[in-house]
Amino acid sequence: MELARRLPTGTRALRLSPVFLFLGAACVFLLVGSLESTVFAQQTVSGVALGAVYGSLALALVLIYRATEVINFAQGEMAMATTYVAYQLMLWGLSYWEAFFITLAVAFAFGGVVQLVFIRPVQHKSVIAVVIVTVGLFILIDGLVAWKWGADLKFMPAPFGNHVYKLGGVAVSRQDLGTIAITLASVVLLWALFRFTKLGLGMRAAALRPASAALVGVRVDRMLAIGWGLAAVLGAVAGLMTEPAVFVLQPTLMQPVLLYGFAAAVLGGLDSPVGAVVGGIAIGVFLNLVGQYVHFVTSEVRLPVAFAVLLLVLLIKPTGLFGRKRLRKV
Amino acid sequence: MRTRLAPIASLVVAAVVLAALPFALSAYHQALAAQVATFFIAILGLDILTGYTGQISIGHGAFMAIGGYTTAILSRDHHMNLVLTMLIALAICFICGLLVGLPALRLSGVYLALATFALAVSVPQIPLKFSKYLGGSGGVQTAKTVSHLWLYGASWTAAAIAFVLGWLVLRGRTGRAFRAIRDSEVAAASSGVGLPIYKTLAFGISAAFAGVAGSFYVLGTNGFAQPNEFSVLLSLQILIGAAVAGLGSLWGLLAGAAFVGLLPTISSDVPVIGSTHGQDVVFGLIVILVMLVLPNGVAGLLARLSRLRARA
Repeated sequence: MELARRLPTGTRALRLSPVFLFLGAACVFLLVGSLESTVFAQQTVSGVALGAVYGSLALALVLIYRATEVINFAQGEMAMATTYVAYQLMLWGLSYWEAFFITLAVAFAFGGVVQLVFIRPVQHKSVIAVVIVTVGLFILIDGLVAWKWGADLKFMPAPFGNHVYKLGGVAVSRQDLGTIAITLASVVLLWALFRFTKLGLGMRAAALRPASAALVGVRVDRMLAIGWGLAAVLGAVAGLMTEPAVFVLQPTLMQPVLLYGFAAAVLGGLDSPVGAVVGGIAIGVFLNLVGQYVHFVTSEVRLPVAFAVLLLVLLIKPTGLFGRKRLRKV
Repeated sequence: MRTRLAPIASLVVAAVVLAALPFALSAYHQALAAQVATFFIAILGLDILTGYTGQISIGHGAFMAIGGYTTAILSRDHHMNLVLTMLIALAICFICGLLVGLPALRLSGVYLALATFALAVSVPQIPLKFSKYLGGSGGVQTAKTVSHLWLYGASWTAAAIAFVLGWLVLRGRTGRAFRAIRDSEVAAASSGVGLPIYKTLAFGISAAFAGVAGSFYVLGTNGFAQPNEFSVLLSLQILIGAAVAGLGSLWGLLAGAAFVGLLPTISSDVPVIGSTHGQDVVFGLIVILVMLVLPNGVAGLLARLSRLRARA
């Protein structure tokens, strides 16, 4: 009795909600399917890998949305630009993993600077102005990268090699496993940062109640810049993991990923970090399986199909799977 | 009295200048000016939806695509009169707008923005899938092309008609309902404004304008309706134009249309940067700078100026 009252109110609601039943059913379906057919299992695993990438870009979008209530249209292009930084570092002779970590640091600084220079001046003026600034950044970064490195295809060394493991007849590439491991590790590290550190606490406070946070001494502006930096780091991870999946580096690298990231973030609920990751994986797996088994869905209609499903979910549950309903005072 | 006359005077000035312009312009510049008119119509449409009714759309390129393909197909297959195809494009896009507006009733804010963005991404993929009827990536071409002068005259005439129509819609009962919804949906509903009717109506009107703009857009590219002409970038350009224009000012709309219609061309002529990538750099930078300086667009600037003058 006592225990039940002390439980956070969310827990009981979560356990019974139809969303969780639905997700559970989906997992069972995937498991049974994978046991039945090796093709199905293969498509599922590579779908999870793709989905993890979508999920980490979606998480970057969610981070910024929670802090500033704005969708960053330039998130994908920022990720693309940082991937080019890694390319340049490797051209200068660094190994893949040296370049990887230096790139993450560069991305952090880049995200912070973008917030300071471009976003902060319009932040309090109007939402549409901020959105347009990120659209302008999209075009600007695209142009700068094409200007500096050219729009032709570039190639980077593969981070995980081309090894393929055989697990009971199912071929799983090291590439897919590595992508899943890296993206999930970055997500978990980020969660730990928000959950267990004082900095994370300050950032959550600045995002949820900026005025009250400022009153108790949180440097809200600085927190926002750090938030943008962290989002850029997540984006850089997504970019670096996308490149080996599509084999070439070019300025349009992240544009489809950004769209799937949007879809993932909305599917999961724009204010829910867990939702972003779950939404990303769901979309990755769904697209892979549908592409395999439904003949109508050729590569041209992958995007429309993804968005059609997304719209359907939104019509049933307008705040996404995990999003919280906002109550507004009139 | 002066306040009554000022808008009419500015209309007359705009009309006279536009009517005189083609005599001073080369054919190439007439085509550019026609492009500005095309954006004017599309931005006006978006302004009715986003500016007056408060529903964000990043998907107006999709309606332009539907309008453009309607014109191209009717002309190719039935050799229909081009003006007639535009009226049909208007009707089709009006219906499409209503159809999009219905599910949009459940969405608002950022969710609506992303749902309409999905529309902008998805619609250009449809011709690639059904390439037998819609020409695939090569697109559909109209049976005949038009001269630059025809395009200039027709597009600015249409822009003027669209402006008058928009003014008629916005000044009366409907416009009041739109603005009430923008300011507070709850307050509007409790004063008897039917939210579903007016919100879908705003989508329909807005989409119809975009559809006509799409027809002119296609005529401006030698009558070719192609998927990559209607990429996401087009939707973003309309949104940028609307943001530069600001709310409810003819001069703002003209400035917004000129901004997105002319700037890419002008910035590619900047000698230092030259290449097409440099053009993107300049365009992106200027978009950001304009938003930093004028967060409420040109209309906001004009309103501030007139307030200053009134105080002086």
